[in-house]
Amino acid sequence: MMKNAIKVRTLEVTRGGSEVLRGLEFEVAHGQVTGLLGPSGCGKTTLMRALVGVQRITGGSVEVLGQPAGSASLRDRIGYVTQQPSVYDDLTVTENLRFFARILGVGDKRVAECVGLVALGDYGDRVVSRLSGGQRSRVSLAVALLGEPQLLVLDEPTVGLDPVLRVELWETFHHLAGEGAAVLVSSHVMDEASRCDRLLMMREGRLIADDTPTGLLERTGSHDIEQAFLSVVHEKEAA
Amino acid sequence: MNTLTPRATGAVTTRVLTQLRRDHRTLAMLLVLPCALMSLLWWMFDGLPGEGFSTLGPALLALIPFIIMFLVTSVTTLRERTSGTLERLLAMPMGKLDFLLGYAIAFGLIAAVQSALAVGVCVWLLDLSIVGSVWMLMVVAVVDAVLGTALGLFVSAFARTEFQAVQFMPALVIPQILLCGLFVPRDALPRVLEVISDVLPLSYAVDAMQTVASSSETGEVWQDIAVLAAYVVAGLALGALTLRRQTD
Repeated sequence: MMKNAIKVRTLEVTRGGSEVLRGLEFEVAHGQVTGLLGPSGCGKTTLMRALVGVQRITGGSVEVLGQPAGSASLRDRIGYVTQQPSVYDDLTVTENLRFFARILGVGDKRVAECVGLVALGDYGDRVVSRLSGGQRSRVSLAVALLGEPQLLVLDEPTVGLDPVLRVELWETFHHLAGEGAAVLVSSHVMDEASRCDRLLMMREGRLIADDTPTGLLERTGSHDIEQAFLSVVHEKEAA
Repeated sequence: MNTLTPRATGAVTTRVLTQLRRDHRTLAMLLVLPCALMSLLWWMFDGLPGEGFSTLGPALLALIPFIIMFLVTSVTTLRERTSGTLERLLAMPMGKLDFLLGYAIAFGLIAAVQSALAVGVCVWLLDLSIVGSVWMLMVVAVVDAVLGTALGLFVSAFARTEFQAVQFMPALVIPQILLCGLFVPRDALPRVLEVISDVLPLSYAVDAMQTVASSSETGEVWQDIAVLAAYVVAGLALGALTLRRQTD
């Protein structure tokens, strides 16, 4: 049996004197697309940074692919896409990918594959600064896919993308999950939640729900995820 | 943790050079400005009695690559820190030293071309009189440039914005220019300032240049170069300490 890709226990993070994450506990399975939902400022990005191992944590533990987060052996097994595209503006799409591929020890064939996966085949020789915002974030996503990671952590990857492309990207995420990877996608757009296999809902640094989209709708008797989110919040406040 | 892999170092060097190649304006300034400044210095002394240009020229050949590379590197690495690409690289199997050396090699190569042009213009066009070897002059210039790169990499860690990064130039570079012996011979400085100038790397750079210009003795020059190299290593080591894989 495959162990869970992520195991988080009583995770706490304090930044600049304020508690950003307050005792999170959850697990994320391989082979699934897990959505991390919550309003902007609730700690999604900090949590993702902690999973990738770039965030200093104050308490608790984070285990990723069987290792403590941030272990050197994890560095070529995790793909991470930040909200702001972390690529070089003054290089072309292909130059960017080739550079990161050399760091990861991945060949040119995979570079071409990844450019195709994010539908930028026609833009390989275009300098990134001359691409649109959505195209730039796709370059950043392509970089994260290079090493065929077992865990893909994506911070709001579909913001500002046209609906057709958004659907395609979600298909890509499910395809990767189908091959066994764990995919964690954050979003503040609640309507994207229905595309996930499982949902983690966050508010003010705490996890308020951990369920499948249908399970959550049934339990709260809601028609959509946004309404479900609100009723979970009310439920918690009443308790 | 700080293992070196030539593949990663080479990747960084190639990438930095590709970025520069695309930035025509910066590239032109890097290569043309030092020649223009040396010509300006020559022109200032044209028609004046004495050997003004040959006295100040070598010191300026040490200062220019140092200053330019310090500025270029601190701004470029700061950009790398703020754009998130540094964090991404450090989350990948990338040694910190690979990153630093990759930069140092790329800017060292640019500095070599830059210095070759400036030295060439000075010696063959402007008749700078050099007793020692022209090659030695270039070696010192390249080491100066790499020193500027190493310090630039280090200080970029202490700046949050490009405005702040540029302020390190008056803070860290101008005092070195004042104390390097260009304005007042170092042994004529007040004792405290002389001691300070003894620990500032640029003093050794200027000493080395002046020795090459005035004698064919190379032993002293190599000593100065060794001191400069030690500062480069220290700068890179301190720079590596500022590259954190985990932040708050």
